[in-house]
Amino acid sequence: MSYMIVVGVTVVIYAILTVSLNIVVGYVGQPNLAQSAFFGIGAYFAAVFSTQHHTSFWLTIPLAFATAGIAGLVLGAISLRLREDFLAITTIGLNFVIVAVFQYVPFFGGAVGIYAIPLPSIAGHQFGNNAFLTVGLIMLAFVMAVSKYLEHTWFGASLTAIRDDQTAASSVGVPVASYKVIAFTLSAAFAGMAGSLYAPFLSAVTPTSFGFIESVIVLAMLIFGGLGTIRGAVLGAFILGALPEAFRFISNYRLLTFGAILVLMLRFQPVGLVGEGSVLVKLTRRATEELRRRRRKGTFDPPATAV
Amino acid sequence: MALLEIDSVTVRFGGLVALREVAFDVDEGQFISVIGPNGAGKTTLFNAIAGVIKPSSGRIRFQGREVQGSNPSHMSHLGVRRTFQVARPFASMTVRDNVRLAAAGRHVLQTARALGLRGRVRPLADRVDGLLETTGLTADARRKASELNIGGLRRLEIARALASEPKVLLLDEPAAGIGVDGLRPLAELIRGVHQRGLTVLLVEHYVGFALSLSDQVIVLDEGAIIAHGTPEHVRNDERVIAAYLGKAGGGQGDRPPAVPTGPDAPGER
Repeated sequence: MSYMIVVGVTVVIYAILTVSLNIVVGYVGQPNLAQSAFFGIGAYFAAVFSTQHHTSFWLTIPLAFATAGIAGLVLGAISLRLREDFLAITTIGLNFVIVAVFQYVPFFGGAVGIYAIPLPSIAGHQFGNNAFLTVGLIMLAFVMAVSKYLEHTWFGASLTAIRDDQTAASSVGVPVASYKVIAFTLSAAFAGMAGSLYAPFLSAVTPTSFGFIESVIVLAMLIFGGLGTIRGAVLGAFILGALPEAFRFISNYRLLTFGAILVLMLRFQPVGLVGEGSVLVKLTRRATEELRRRRRKGTFDPPATAV
Repeated sequence: MALLEIDSVTVRFGGLVALREVAFDVDEGQFISVIGPNGAGKTTLFNAIAGVIKPSSGRIRFQGREVQGSNPSHMSHLGVRRTFQVARPFASMTVRDNVRLAAAGRHVLQTARALGLRGRVRPLADRVDGLLETTGLTADARRKASELNIGGLRRLEIARALASEPKVLLLDEPAAGIGVDGLRPLAELIRGVHQRGLTVLLVEHYVGFALSLSDQVIVLDEGAIIAHGTPEHVRNDERVIAAYLGKAGGGQGDRPPAVPTGPDAPGER
């Protein structure tokens, strides 16, 4: 049971990353292959402050949020003017640079990383796995709620417009450059917030945990579930996050399996499992409509029993 | 003072001179057409006015303020709105949401306002409904923009450009690809908008369409203005005829067509 909860926390952290990544990749349509680096920035700052300054876990959450957000703001402002394909490559580069910084700057503990990160506590009680899961779920709910809210704002509509056609968006007055940066910043900040949970949960952070491959995995989860939708982001993280735990053999060939799934998905269902317009969503819609129709019909027009 | 002043604007792309010291004024309420053969610099001129490209030299003044080298978003908020030669809808949004976003004005410009919910702006909704009505898109309001046909997309382009009550409307080849049948309703729509007092600048590949609508015509050839005057004046100008036909003079019947008819209609390309 306890093991299931550990898996649960991992999956929830992945879900926070996919939902936050969705803001940039799904809503604005800008590729970002550095999400795990921002996650790492949050985790590292949380780790450094809780080990060296004995900062409370609850304070490291906003701290991680802010540091990753600032990093996203600066790096986004530099790179987001690039066209999509160049931006993709640039974010890959950013991920490597950030990991290198973790590795070589003494402040971040060098190649060994940071160990013995203290367990958080609440009302005098140290965190167990259940507490980690609870805090993780609250964070996930928060990120989902903010995403949902954004979808209904002018800002959210502007992001969709940028995704659909950047030139047209600027012609109707959308400040394209700054909105891209804001979305990127927010996405990075949320990833950083997830990092503040990850660090004490594993009690150690090492540079390799935040590599480019992790960013690819998060993006793969998002594409698998359905780019641009919150439900897709969450579902992708839950399925691909839990799969290696459910099937041992997948765990050994994790990257191979993910790669294969991604290729098949992009070939046959590029909108993702439950993305807008996917087979599954269409079927569900049709089924509910059919049910509703039948129910309505049933009340007015009972089927004839005899001919 | 003219509403929009184009003051000896030159645009160079590397060694190519796309616009050569182009100068003209646009007064409030005027309808000016810019015509010219392919590659004459019409769209470049538009892009310079809309803030997409920065002129290599020269000035553009809007309501007396220099705006050359500004950006499209800023020009849009100043009241210079454009349509595109190839329709550029927000394909995943509904027709109504396309127009609504374009009508949002400050709601998309200021981040603080942009973070407000979209559902709560009543006067905006009324204006959007009115616009959809004017442009004949009411029936399609709930459909995705990607489902519209070419005629519908043209109308959507215009509805979106009109959405924020612009001061100048820049129409970039609105008749392109629309077919003969769509031409008259489109002309009616544009004329109607102009008659309500809007200043219109129309770039058109299709001469007859432009001449029939405008009160002034500017003819561009190889980046320079070769004629400027009333449609009547331009139609009889030797240099214009030469630019279109590639030789001086020319007998009757070689003139640019006056009325949109037959296979000459846009969509030929």
